Amino acid sequence: MADDAGRRTQTITFDSLRPPSPFFTDSHHAWRASLRKFVDREIAPHVDAWDEAGAVPREVFKIAADFGLIGVGYPEQYGGWTEGVDRFHGVITSEEMARPGAGGVSAALMVHGIGLPPILAIGTEEMKAAIAPAVLSGEKQISLAITEPSGGSDVANLQTRATRRGDHYVVDGAKMFITGGMTSHYCTVAVRTGGPGAGGVSLLLIELDRPGVTRTPLKKQGWWASDTAALYFDGVEVPVANLIGVENQGFAGVMLNFNGERLGMASGALASARACIEDAAAWAQERRTFGKRLADHQVIRHKIAMMVQRVRASTAWLDLCAWRVQNGETPVVDLSLLKVQATETLEFCAREASQILGGAAYMRGQRIERIYREVRVNAIGGGSEEIMRDLAARQLGV
Amino acid sequence: MKVLVPVKRVLDYNLKVKVKSDQSGVDLSNLKMAMNPFCEIAVEEAVRLKEKGVVTEIVAVSIGPEQAQETIRTALAMGADRGILVKVDGDVEPLAVAKILKGIVEAESPQLVILGKQAIDDDANQTGQMLAALLGWPQGTFAFKIDVASDKVTVTREVDGGLQTVALNLPAIVTTDLRLNEPRYASLPNIMKAKKKPIDVKAAADYGVDTAPRLKVLKVTEPPKRQGGVKVKTVAELVDKLKNEAGVL
Repeated sequence: MADDAGRRTQTITFDSLRPPSPFFTDSHHAWRASLRKFVDREIAPHVDAWDEAGAVPREVFKIAADFGLIGVGYPEQYGGWTEGVDRFHGVITSEEMARPGAGGVSAALMVHGIGLPPILAIGTEEMKAAIAPAVLSGEKQISLAITEPSGGSDVANLQTRATRRGDHYVVDGAKMFITGGMTSHYCTVAVRTGGPGAGGVSLLLIELDRPGVTRTPLKKQGWWASDTAALYFDGVEVPVANLIGVENQGFAGVMLNFNGERLGMASGALASARACIEDAAAWAQERRTFGKRLADHQVIRHKIAMMVQRVRASTAWLDLCAWRVQNGETPVVDLSLLKVQATETLEFCAREASQILGGAAYMRGQRIERIYREVRVNAIGGGSEEIMRDLAARQLGV
Repeated sequence: MKVLVPVKRVLDYNLKVKVKSDQSGVDLSNLKMAMNPFCEIAVEEAVRLKEKGVVTEIVAVSIGPEQAQETIRTALAMGADRGILVKVDGDVEPLAVAKILKGIVEAESPQLVILGKQAIDDDANQTGQMLAALLGWPQGTFAFKIDVASDKVTVTREVDGGLQTVALNLPAIVTTDLRLNEPRYASLPNIMKAKKKPIDVKAAADYGVDTAPRLKVLKVTEPPKRQGGVKVKTVAELVDKLKNEAGVL
C-alpha cells in the first residue's frame, strides 16, 4: 500500500518481519542499505523478464562484480576483497538478493560460490591465478559438477571416471542438474580416479569448451533465470595440471563447501518467506470480500500470524548459527537442521501466502508465484531435507 | 580544488511519519534514517567532479546527533575523502546550520560548497542561500547542470518555466535539484574502506554558534485527508459548481 506520495504505509514489511539482530553493527546496516539500492536499481526491475527469458544478461555479471558482489569473501590478490567482512554480511547479502523473489537470478550470478572455493582452497597457484581473476571480475563463470544421473547426495559412489594417460586424464561419464552448466566457462568436476568409495574421488578443473564435452539444457520448475545442464564427457582430454588438490583426496574438497552453502541457503529461504508475507499482508489489508477486508477474517489473519511465528523463530536461530560460525565453530547439527527449518518455513509461507492471494497468486509476473516454484529447489538442493536430518541424527549419535 | 559537501540525516524517504499525539512534532523513534536525497545528489556531483580531475578533495560535513556519523560514512563510501561531524542534539534551524558551515568554510577554505537545495524533513530550502549571504559568495541554486572551469562555475538552474544559466566566480555556493544526477550506490568494498577514513568531531561552540531555536513550533498536524470526488451530470452543473462551490470561475 502507498499514500498519495507513493510512500509505503504498510506496517508488515520485509524489514519489519525480521527479528532485530543483536549481532548487526553499523557496518551491516550500511551494507544492507547499499545492497538494497543496488538490487532495486539493477536487479529487481528486471527479474520477471530475466526469469521468462531464462537468462541473466552478460553485462549484469560485470555490474555485479563492479559493485563488489561477486568478489566478496575472496582474496584481494585475485580481484576479490575480504576486508571487514563477516558471516553477517553474507547473511544480509543472501537476504537482499532473495528479496525480489527470483532465486534464479541469484543462482546465476553467484554460482561461482560453489565452483570456485575448492580451487582457492586446494588448487595450485597457477590455477588460482588463471581462473580466479576472470571469474571474480564477472568475465567468466565457473560451475560445480558432482551429482550424476545415477545418484546425487551419495558423493562417495560417483561413476564419472578420469583415467590417467601420460600427462592427461581422459574423462568419461555424465553429470546432472548442473547449475550454470550451459553458460559457465569452467567447471569443477568430481571424478573417480581411484578405486571405489570416497577415497577414489578427485576434483578436476574442466574447461567446458574442450572437445568431447556436450551439454544439454534442462527445463526446471523454477529458478528459470539460471540455466541448468546435463554435462556429458566423452573421452575428454584434460591436462594433469588441472587436478585440484591431491589425487584421490577430492572428497574433502567437495565437503568444504557445504556448511557455508547451507547457511546461505537458509538466509535466502527465510528472506523469500518474508517476501511472501509482505505481499500477502498487503493484499489482505486491501482486498475486500464479504463486506470487509480479507485481514478482518480471522482465518486469514491467523495465517499471517502463523507465518510470522515461523519466520521469527527460524531467523533468530539463523542469527545464532551465523554467530557460532563467525566464532570459528562448525555446528553441523544446527546448520543441517537450520536448513530444513528454513525450507519448511519457506514452503509453509509460499503456500499460505498463495492461499491469501487466491487466484492472483497463480498468475505469473509476481513474487509469490515465482517463490512458490522455488520451494523445491531450496528443499532439495544443497542437501535435501532427508539427507540433512539424517546427517544431524548421526551427528547427534542416534 | 577542495569541495565541501554538507549532508543531513533525515527519515528514510520511503517511510511515512506519524504526528506525535501532543502535536509537538513527528515521531521518529525506531524509524530508519538515511541521507537526505538532495544531499546524496550533492555528494554524487562532488565525486563526479573529482573523477573528472577538477576536484582534489571532498569534505563531507554533518551537523546533528552522534548517529549523523553514519550519514557521513555513507558520503565517504560514495567517494568523499574525510568527514567533519558537528555534534548537536535536538533541532538545528537553517540559520544556525549556515553559521556553523560558515565557520567550517573559514577553517577549510573550500572553493566550492555543494548542498542539497532542501532537506526532506523540514523542506526549509534556506541553508545554501543563507550561507552564501553570510560568506558574501555568489550562489547558483536548484542546479540542473554544473560545469567548473578554472575560476568559474557555470550553473544551469531549474526555474519556473525552464532553465536559466548563471556563471559564478569561485568560490561559490551551489545547491542541487533533483535532476542534476542519479547518485551511485556505494560499492561494498568502498563501504568497508570508508570505515578507515577520518571523521573530526566538533561542537557548535567551536565555531561560536548558539544553536538555540529562534522559531517556535505551535503545532504539527496531519495533512487533511483527501476527499472523494463527485460526478456531475451536465456541463451546466459543472459550471455552477466551479462558480459557486470552488469559486474558481
